[in-house]
Amino acid sequence: MAETIFDLVVIGGGPGGYVAAIRASQLGLKAAVIERENMGGICLNWGCIPTKALLRSAEVKHLAENAADFGLEISGITFDIKKVVERSRSVASRLSAGVSHLMKKNGITVISATASLGPVVENPGGDNARTITLDNGEAITGRSIILATGARARSLPGIEPDGQHIVTYREAMMPETMPQSLIVVGSGAIGIEFASFYRDMGVEVTVLEAVDRILPAEDEEISAMAETIFSRRGITIHKGVQLTGVEVRDGRVHASIGDTVLEADRMILAVGITANTEGLGLEETAIELDRGHVVTDSVMRTAEDGIYAIGDMTGAPWLAHKASHEGIIAAEHIAGQSSGHGLKRDAIPGCTYCRPQIASVGLTEKAAEEAGHTVRVGRFPMLANGKAIALGDDEGLIKTIFDAETGALLGAHMIGPEVTELIQGFVIARTLETTEEELMQTVFPHPTLSEAMHESVLDAFDKAIHF
Amino acid sequence: MAIVTMPALSPTMTEGKLSRWIVKEGDEVRSGDVIAEIETDKAVMEVEALDDGKVTTIAVAEGTEGVQVGTAIAEILADGEDSTIGQAPAPAAVPAPTSAPAPTPTASPTPTPVASPAPVATPTPAPVVPAPVVPAVSAPTAHKAHGGERIFASPLARRIASQKGVDLSLIKGTGPKGRIIRADVDAATSAASIMAASAPQRQPAGNMAPDTGERSSLNANSSMRMVIAERLQQSWQQAPHFFLDMEICLDPLLSARKSLNEAAPDGVKVSVNDMIIKAAALTLMKHPRINASWEGEHTRQHHHADIAVAVAMEEGLITPIIRDAEAKGVYAISSEVGELATRGRKGGLSPHEYSGGSFTISNLGMFGVSSFTAIINPPHSAILAIGAGVEKPVVRDGEITIATMMSATLACDHRVINGAEGAEWLASFRRFIENPVLALG
Repeated sequence: MAETIFDLVVIGGGPGGYVAAIRASQLGLKAAVIERENMGGICLNWGCIPTKALLRSAEVKHLAENAADFGLEISGITFDIKKVVERSRSVASRLSAGVSHLMKKNGITVISATASLGPVVENPGGDNARTITLDNGEAITGRSIILATGARARSLPGIEPDGQHIVTYREAMMPETMPQSLIVVGSGAIGIEFASFYRDMGVEVTVLEAVDRILPAEDEEISAMAETIFSRRGITIHKGVQLTGVEVRDGRVHASIGDTVLEADRMILAVGITANTEGLGLEETAIELDRGHVVTDSVMRTAEDGIYAIGDMTGAPWLAHKASHEGIIAAEHIAGQSSGHGLKRDAIPGCTYCRPQIASVGLTEKAAEEAGHTVRVGRFPMLANGKAIALGDDEGLIKTIFDAETGALLGAHMIGPEVTELIQGFVIARTLETTEEELMQTVFPHPTLSEAMHESVLDAFDKAIHF
Repeated sequence: MAIVTMPALSPTMTEGKLSRWIVKEGDEVRSGDVIAEIETDKAVMEVEALDDGKVTTIAVAEGTEGVQVGTAIAEILADGEDSTIGQAPAPAAVPAPTSAPAPTPTASPTPTPVASPAPVATPTPAPVVPAPVVPAVSAPTAHKAHGGERIFASPLARRIASQKGVDLSLIKGTGPKGRIIRADVDAATSAASIMAASAPQRQPAGNMAPDTGERSSLNANSSMRMVIAERLQQSWQQAPHFFLDMEICLDPLLSARKSLNEAAPDGVKVSVNDMIIKAAALTLMKHPRINASWEGEHTRQHHHADIAVAVAMEEGLITPIIRDAEAKGVYAISSEVGELATRGRKGGLSPHEYSGGSFTISNLGMFGVSSFTAIINPPHSAILAIGAGVEKPVVRDGEITIATMMSATLACDHRVINGAEGAEWLASFRRFIENPVLALG
């Protein structure tokens, strides 16, 4: 293998890395992906996909329990957590197998190993290349390198996850037993999804958040509405609190918030993530780190010649779709087909698959005002949407924010049924740079939840019809 | 009475197809009746009669292609009128009807090689109004460049361009397949605003002609450069500029500046220019006529002094805007100019920080320029050009003394500002500069 020189070596086979390799291969480059665990990375194996499978089980359970609302009688609903987890795992492995198939189909070499950057090899056949050392004792050479090693759960100082009582996302999505009570530390997307899942499965859930509202990345109005709904669902929320100590005694977690001590069977830590930059040999290169993240330019180049970095390791937002897009940008630049524009960070949607779902793109109302925009804000509640009422799921809000002067759609914020599927409409609108006019002229099908998007836009300009 | 000629459906149209006659010889028509359909590669248009009468002659057969604009295509006569087709040329003194958009065919249109009974020479054009009907191929919308090429631009780019008066046909798009996106319009307006003050741009070193032995070489103009050229040319051609010049004594302001700086908070150093911004802002509040923009049908009155300040950079200039300068103290202005200039040099200004505004100040004093005139930066109506403060002998109370004098040249758009108004503004400005204490008032 050492004789082969690859045009591109991607370190990390997650949604950033494997997509970069496919794009490079489509452009005629000889590509290799080095993955230390499973193709598809965290997203596919331990993140986005398996948690969606779990949340689906929770949703079906919720619907079954409320079947009477729809005129149906279902009694004796029980669940087997092992089977719920089993389904989640089989969904993940089906997709991981799919990624492996894609690698084969695109002629991409997949190497199962842990890699680190080696020395530059001068002029092998014209171009400089770099050796990549593998933990199996071998080495390969690549003309260009993409680092796509992702990130891992951040831990809080003094609170060490033991994998049993204090856990992070990985154990949280494969519970062998259900706890009676659970403390979730952190109310970002990951924390809230677990809180929602466990609550629907009948667990007593308490969420701790350091700042003064849950889902701090979302628009304040959405945070407030989510909190109201979650509280009604029986989730206890403590905002603006600092965890001062955690102890496991007699198989119970004791969490101190100042003088108060909360007790629970289990604790999930979801307090953000840390980039995986260690052990790669970055110290030997010119690559710069900023607060733990690799610094890149708009085409994902690092400061070291021939080395690119994409995905979670390059900073927020830590989302699979952002990593994939960065992978494509990097691969196209390596193949000499640069599109010229980097990723528009303010057009990357964010989705949280709790119940009700939350989705957003662009600036929050507050951020828009802080950026100096005079804004027009539209709101439309799901309770005035026919389809939502028919679904029996009419709690929610669609909020749109426009620049009053130019009509630019600055942001869209949604909470309610299936909003994670709806948000793309506003993402396309932002990408195509529409103004309110095109959105108003667009014919939304009736009866759909998407009509609420139209009405929200109309409301921003005082033209809403149904509210 | 009328010869109906082939109308021009657009300023660039030279010929078209007579696709259909709605009327035939002998038909009576009334003003407003559609008599024929004309087709170009872009659209089908109807030709209407503007007079009542009878169609006596149809001179160009249906389906004829390549009919030159201005060619007589039919004649409509009222009762008792005589045909002019086939007769001697109409007298040259016959004026073209002013209401008709059809061009006067003075260029002797080529007679069409069809059933025309006789060569037609300079007929009096009939008052016909082409009315748009069905687009034939593609919609001839406003989204066309001068040459008729369709411009691809995002809706937001179009709207911002129209708000800022940027001509999209001058912008090179960098979006998918060359589509113009918002960033392109922002870049173009930022370039225009960087140029605002007609200041000299230093040639970047990398742009110097290579030593190839050629005596000259061609460098492609960037789209930014094209927009700068367009905007300043537009300003110079459309805004009737007049210039007012005044010598102003700087000494009182210099001593006020000294006191201000002695008492200044840490990290703030007030410059003469900061004080000029403040004085100009106060003067604008006193003479609001100067703080306005010409918008054709109306004049926009600005209620705040949003002053664009030309700040020298290594490679040219940038003009960040100090908004509501009338309400800000000199320290605040000083910090804001400093902060905006620092970020401007790194290219870190957002469009709202350098576009719009209501008045410009350009100060070339630091280059030793004693006085100069500047081109108004649209949509402003005036620009103040400040020269260097120089010690000069001046006569005061019959005695020659030494004073630091500075020239201030106000360029005004005469569409908005009258001479006396500009002069009053400049006089008030001088009062503020020569009596800095008035700023307290």
